[in-house]
Amino acid sequence: MSRPPIPIPTRQPSPMNFQSKTMRVNAIRRTVTNHFVSGLAVLATVVVLVPLAAILFYLVYKGASSLNLAFFTRVPAPVGQEGGGMANSILGSGVILFLASLMGIPVGISAGVYLAEFGRGKMLANAVRFTADVLNGVPSIVMGIAIYSLVVMPQKHFSALAGGIVLAIMMIPTVTRTTEEMLVTVPHAVREAALGLGVPKWRTVLSVSLRTASPGIITGCMLAFARVAGETAPLLFTAFGNQFWSFKLNEPIAALPLQIFVYAISPYDEWHRLAWAGSLVLIVMIMVSVTLVRIYANRGVLKGGS
Amino acid sequence: MPSSMTSEREPGSPIPAPSSLAPDAFATANPAPGVAAPSLIRDYLNQRGSGRVADKSFAALMLLCACSIFAIVAFIFWILVVRSHLSQVEFGWKFFVRTAWDPVAGDFGAFPFIYGTLATSLLALLMAVPLALGVAVFVTELCPKPLRAPISFLTELLAAIPSVVYGLWGVFVLVPLMRDVIGPFLHKTLGWTGLFEGANFGVGLLTASIILSIMILPIISSLTRDIMLAVPNSQREGVLALGATRWEMIRIGVLRNSRIGIVGAIMLGLGRALGETMAVTMVIGNHPEISRSLFAPGYTLASVIANEFTEATGDLYLSALIEIGLALFLVTIVVNAIARLMVWAVTRGAPVGAA
Repeated sequence: MSRPPIPIPTRQPSPMNFQSKTMRVNAIRRTVTNHFVSGLAVLATVVVLVPLAAILFYLVYKGASSLNLAFFTRVPAPVGQEGGGMANSILGSGVILFLASLMGIPVGISAGVYLAEFGRGKMLANAVRFTADVLNGVPSIVMGIAIYSLVVMPQKHFSALAGGIVLAIMMIPTVTRTTEEMLVTVPHAVREAALGLGVPKWRTVLSVSLRTASPGIITGCMLAFARVAGETAPLLFTAFGNQFWSFKLNEPIAALPLQIFVYAISPYDEWHRLAWAGSLVLIVMIMVSVTLVRIYANRGVLKGGS
Repeated sequence: MPSSMTSEREPGSPIPAPSSLAPDAFATANPAPGVAAPSLIRDYLNQRGSGRVADKSFAALMLLCACSIFAIVAFIFWILVVRSHLSQVEFGWKFFVRTAWDPVAGDFGAFPFIYGTLATSLLALLMAVPLALGVAVFVTELCPKPLRAPISFLTELLAAIPSVVYGLWGVFVLVPLMRDVIGPFLHKTLGWTGLFEGANFGVGLLTASIILSIMILPIISSLTRDIMLAVPNSQREGVLALGATRWEMIRIGVLRNSRIGIVGAIMLGLGRALGETMAVTMVIGNHPEISRSLFAPGYTLASVIANEFTEATGDLYLSALIEIGLALFLVTIVVNAIARLMVWAVTRGAPVGAA
């Protein structure tokens, strides 16, 4: 295709004189500022990534040398004795997190379903959403003392159950909000198709909306899980910690973050090593779950489906 | 099959009914013409019930779960108020301005902790906000496309590290560094301000603020990034078309449009900093004193609860600690509520996760 050649003007038809000294100085100043600020932004990014690298480096450097089979199979040894591990803490964390997921995830998903499927545009739904966001920002330690007062005080002893309740409450807002966000992205046509076939609403929600949004909802649950997996402060007054094997929900139970805290502030080198190893295990577990979730979520059914 | 056609038909009429929809048994079961449409689907639906009860109860269950969130917040508030009653009666509002903290004599005041909390949180914001804005600007505006996802992923990884691991790192890496390198340097160069005086043990307000700033950075930067992405591209193009440089475009087109949301993001970071417990407890020194020097050990609202709650003997001691928790609860609720409203004001209606 041939176009008529566009005439190139020899001189800019502008009232401003771009060759004047003020304009030139101005242009230089603006270019320098531009580069300077761009440099600052790059610098900020580098400065932010340095602590991340430092923390990961120290975790691997100090933690890997203390990891051995005993760490995963033995209970803590008394002070001054070599060896010992954190097996009971890992198991205890598992028990508490299982309890928390059992209580927190169904409630969270249901609340999210209400927000997305039943309450759209209602005042009540807006209030629930807002409260969930605010609850998300309540410090974990405050949750800890509240559950201490509600559960531990009447029972008169610390328990794994109380630890599970605290973490469940902390999971609910995250699960609720991600469930809602994911359900909102499910196209209306899918729901209408189900309803048009005469499927009742509850069945539509369970087998169509939730099924379609399930990759995103699983992501949200895993993120909530990863977030509470490292929580220490609320467990101080609920699960309390324990040096032995324990399976009873009604008794104090060990948890990995708690044990790391106890070991980190202790004066013994042997315990410091175990604290590093425990942190490494904790963070590997969290990061693996977060990374898996990211990969899984990116492959989700919903990608670009809204 | 349209019902108007079927209603005119007599049972046993010559028009053959499609065997799949209206078998003979069906036709004899509904002999009255013009009353019911003999449709297999309708019959099936009638047999099965309307599902109204199931629908109603399902909706009610979902509503119940949603309302449980209100119940949780109300319960936390109620139990904290009830359990801190003793201390409220004993000290009244003066509790928050008294400096005494003497468990043996039963004399309690929260002011040193309030000071410690505010000082560390504000210092942390001072350090984290410029960095977080820098990261957000870099990721949204400057960064080459392939680098964008890895960098946001790495900053979010920073948010996934548990508090106690930050604390561990702080105790064994940052504290010696502060004691031997950064502390003396600050004392030498900025000692004239009076902020870096006194014995430097490595633990103290400044170390706690640094840890806090690392912890709140990802929250601020990821929210700011979302807010900046919500600014429509036409704004950027408009400013660029006027001949602006890239920085001028960011300043005029992006930052100015998203300033309310950015303030909201900063306040969310503040809310997190106020309530952060474990890492701060491990590096702040835990001593209830008010000192001008940033090297001095301090104490925060959250860390006094963490340290003394399980050891609190006596009802007054316990209720004083719970009142501190109540104060923390109310302050973080207010800060978070304001912040959320600000963020919503900007991102409302914007596509979610447009990165």
